[in-house]
Amino acid sequence: MAYAEDTSHHPQSFWTRYVWSQDHKVIAVQYACVAIAVGLVGVVLSNLMRLQLGFPGQFQFINAERYYQFVTMHGMIMVIYLLTALFLGGFGNYLIPLMIGARDMVFPYMNMLSFWVYLLSVIVLMASFFVPGGPTGAGWTLYPPQAILPGTPGHDWGIILMLVSLVIFIVATTMGGLNYVTTVLQARCEGMTLLRMPLAVWGIFVATVLALLAFPALFVSGVMMLLDKTLGTSFFMPALVSMGQVTGYKGGSPLLFQHLFWFFGHPEVYIVALPAFGVVSDLISVHARKAIFGYRMMVWAIVIIGALSFVVWAHHMFVSGMNPWFGFFFATSTLIIAVPTAIKVYNWVLTLWRGDIHLTVPMLFTLAFILTFLAGGLTGLFLGNVSVDIPLSGTYFVVAHFHMVMGVAPLLVVFGGIYHWFPKVTGRMLDDRIGKLHFWITFLGTYAIYFPMHYLGVLGMPRRYYNFDGYQFIPASAHALNTFITVAALIVGVAQLLFIFNLAWSTFRGRRAEPNPWRAASLEWQTPETPPAHGNWGPQLPVVYRWAYAYSVPGAPQDFIAQNAPPEAGGQEPQPHPAPARAKGAIA
Amino acid sequence: MTAAAAYPPGGWPPDRRAASTGTGLWAFMGVATALFSLFTLAYAMRMDSGDWSPIAMPWQLWLSTGLLVTGSACLQRAASAARGDHPAATRTLLGAGGACALAFLGVQLWAWQVLQAAQVMPAGNPAASFFYLLTAMHGLHVIGGLAGWAVTARGARRAAGPAFAWRVALCARYWHFLLAVWVVLFATLGWLTPEVVRWICGTG
Repeated sequence: MAYAEDTSHHPQSFWTRYVWSQDHKVIAVQYACVAIAVGLVGVVLSNLMRLQLGFPGQFQFINAERYYQFVTMHGMIMVIYLLTALFLGGFGNYLIPLMIGARDMVFPYMNMLSFWVYLLSVIVLMASFFVPGGPTGAGWTLYPPQAILPGTPGHDWGIILMLVSLVIFIVATTMGGLNYVTTVLQARCEGMTLLRMPLAVWGIFVATVLALLAFPALFVSGVMMLLDKTLGTSFFMPALVSMGQVTGYKGGSPLLFQHLFWFFGHPEVYIVALPAFGVVSDLISVHARKAIFGYRMMVWAIVIIGALSFVVWAHHMFVSGMNPWFGFFFATSTLIIAVPTAIKVYNWVLTLWRGDIHLTVPMLFTLAFILTFLAGGLTGLFLGNVSVDIPLSGTYFVVAHFHMVMGVAPLLVVFGGIYHWFPKVTGRMLDDRIGKLHFWITFLGTYAIYFPMHYLGVLGMPRRYYNFDGYQFIPASAHALNTFITVAALIVGVAQLLFIFNLAWSTFRGRRAEPNPWRAASLEWQTPETPPAHGNWGPQLPVVYRWAYAYSVPGAPQDFIAQNAPPEAGGQEPQPHPAPARAKGAIA
Repeated sequence: MTAAAAYPPGGWPPDRRAASTGTGLWAFMGVATALFSLFTLAYAMRMDSGDWSPIAMPWQLWLSTGLLVTGSACLQRAASAARGDHPAATRTLLGAGGACALAFLGVQLWAWQVLQAAQVMPAGNPAASFFYLLTAMHGLHVIGGLAGWAVTARGARRAAGPAFAWRVALCARYWHFLLAVWVVLFATLGWLTPEVVRWICGTG
């Protein structure tokens, strides 16, 4: 198809350029802005929770109901509406077409719809703050029967809006996900074989496949719980007495909900982690000026982790009770998934080994990610064992583990990725000094928050509690530690304003960026214009001759060779592909 | 050159954009398969409880099944006719395929009405809850298919050639999928018993 024919959605006005845009780059920015905005709400909620834990009783407006509402909304916002949306909708939208040499997503209109439906899901979720009873306080896992019964905050409107919002979000994710998968499979430019794709694209691609297959489980559980709440069905609700009243429910299975939820919930960890793995791999390679170590191994590790993530879900349910053989199976599969994950960590470290490491802001965040992910991953090995998980499951050890591994670690990658690709998105550099300040406060601050929580967990301090008055086994020092954690959390929370300021200020006033300021080899840095124009590549699509990791190639005039540099420039992947034939049906 | 001559052999899509649509449809069918598989698993797991009381399937479901089979066959023949450059036959068969799907939805609603008249309500017996839920979810997918069919049918008057033939082929593919899902759902709703589930799970 000719370029001119492919420009049917060229924007003609302000509205079609910036609002109802079908350009993947604009949609990516829209996704990112909404995700970051809602993420800030999540940060504020976490700080409010910490105020109660660090200074119990000092803030009268944080009563028990509100505390649980803050906990629930914080968890759901961060996992779903921030991280999932930002990695897939933000990074996925921006990077996939540019990194594979496409003009846009293959279904631009559906891509636009995906964003607006996502926005609708966020609005519905936020509306729950303003309905009678407020948002749900059922905990982010929304376990029945308590989620929809009186006694749980927001059991009336809050839970309904939460479930409706999730269903809408899943529709949005599906529309986006179909686009990402199809674009990767069908719209790669000439020479861009699957095994030449940057690992960021591989991570986002496999994560999208996981999302497409795992979110239906959340959809099923969400719809069925919605019907239990609104129509009085008994999919999940057992016969019970609530507030002294016999309810009309009977025979439902709360365990069925847990299975469905975690069949989604565990892949969700990797929906967030795999794009982070991919982005980190690319950032390490660029900023250490060295080819990624074991590219093919890294690809296979991503694929294997993705596949295994569907057979470990019940390790979240060890305390729910199960046949010991199931416990054995899920503990074993959980430990097996550590093998490809460890391969990735080794390969990152081996990429750094004797690299020309540039301690840029993106690289600082990347290095911090490796440390944080390692710490969080190692505590995961503890919790993967049934006999260790059962005593620790209800404690702050778990809070520390999952925040390190799927909260802080991916967020460090989000920051690293934004600092890295911001010059391509806006044509300007983010301020380096503010970036470093932001990095150090965030990195050290999050360790100040979560490292002590491991200790609190081992002490037996229960999670999910509104206050700890009257628990004799909790020493006074633990309360002091809680106060310290709260102060650290407040500092980290406020420090994120530095990042927001940097984004806003640099967008308009930042130093003008060169087209390829990091001297990166991957395709998105080789666009004819920065920021890339609509259609990305001008009249001719690029042709790719090598992988994205041709750094410090001996004898090359520069320390990188772009993916689309002529073949005689060298730098082919270790197992070179045949010279690119004209791709089938390639877009000219 | 006729459209038939331009259409690549072996049912391959005519260009990259068509190929993308085909891949996108496969991906969507994968998502829908995951969705219905999970609903079916939930159905099977929920069966194993004391309050489960099987409901008799209304005879209308056989009629709706027949309609879906007919619609699927019509669209398959429409795809062949479009590939063979027979526009009149394509239009007729395409219309018949869509009409069958519409009639299917009508008959499903009729089956709902029959059950409600027999006091089989969505709340109460979980077998009935699942019946309404699963048929509703399948019906929504049929409605989605009809939206795609309407776009294709709207272009049937003026469109010809490989791209149009490909769109008709995609409609046929989706109709076959809807039929396959319905057959599994119908069989599950009608003949899967708690005893069978216990036998499969080894808990019987």
